[in-house]
Amino acid sequence: MSVKMTTRQVGDVTVVDAVGRITLGDGASTFRDTIRDLAAGGKKKLLLNLAEVSYIDSSGIGEMVSGFTTVTNQGGQVKLLNLTKRVKDLLQITKLYTVFEVFEDEAAAVRSFS
Amino acid sequence: MAEHDRVAAQTVEELLESSLESVDQAEDTVLRLATAMGFDEDDMHRIGIAVRECMVNAVVHGNRYHSRKKVHLTVSRNGERLEILVGDEGGSFDASKIPDPLAEENLLRQSGRGLLMMRAFMDEFQVRPREPLGTEVRMVKYLAKAG
Repeated sequence: MSVKMTTRQVGDVTVVDAVGRITLGDGASTFRDTIRDLAAGGKKKLLLNLAEVSYIDSSGIGEMVSGFTTVTNQGGQVKLLNLTKRVKDLLQITKLYTVFEVFEDEAAAVRSFS
Repeated sequence: MAEHDRVAAQTVEELLESSLESVDQAEDTVLRLATAMGFDEDDMHRIGIAVRECMVNAVVHGNRYHSRKKVHLTVSRNGERLEILVGDEGGSFDASKIPDPLAEENLLRQSGRGLLMMRAFMDEFQVRPREPLGTEVRMVKYLAKAG
């Protein structure tokens, strides 16, 4: 199973709900295209909800970092919401837990952008 | 007698195409043997990621998707020990030339984290030249150290 990504707007924050696996191939490219399209469309406050992401490989991690860099370079912000233990472990192993702002509560995450 | 002592020693060898489908196939083969050994769900996940990262390196960076080049997978279980060998038919590979993905200046690089993840998730990890050509990665996970 690849990843399915849907977006919803909460105020001026775009919440991206991802479901599935973000791995080399369809998953990573779907993730990349979604973030790229949002950035191209002027969305500068992105909250990635990874509650339903069961699996991320190094390609998926790479796309997350790339999306973070792209949006940040355009003056925007990317934050993470609801990491599973496995994804949290991966971000700790790769030291990216110190790069991304991570939240467990959506309302608090949305408020943090303003 | 512990459950894993009753699982017979077994070795599976597969010759895989240089394609992303082979990544799934290798993961399935390894996890089938690991399941019978009694690894818990978290360790199955770690083993699965390590195998996928290793296979992606072999297919993409080693064999470069070349249709005539194969990936050589050998999986052995013996008591509490699961050993995985993944060999490609590509050029030589020097792991020391991969930039440290944990260095501050490399944290935001898009790639280069595969070896780190394999090392983190397995108990033993070794990269060595494969005869007559290519590179072989050897990874071991012990049931007793799981968790």
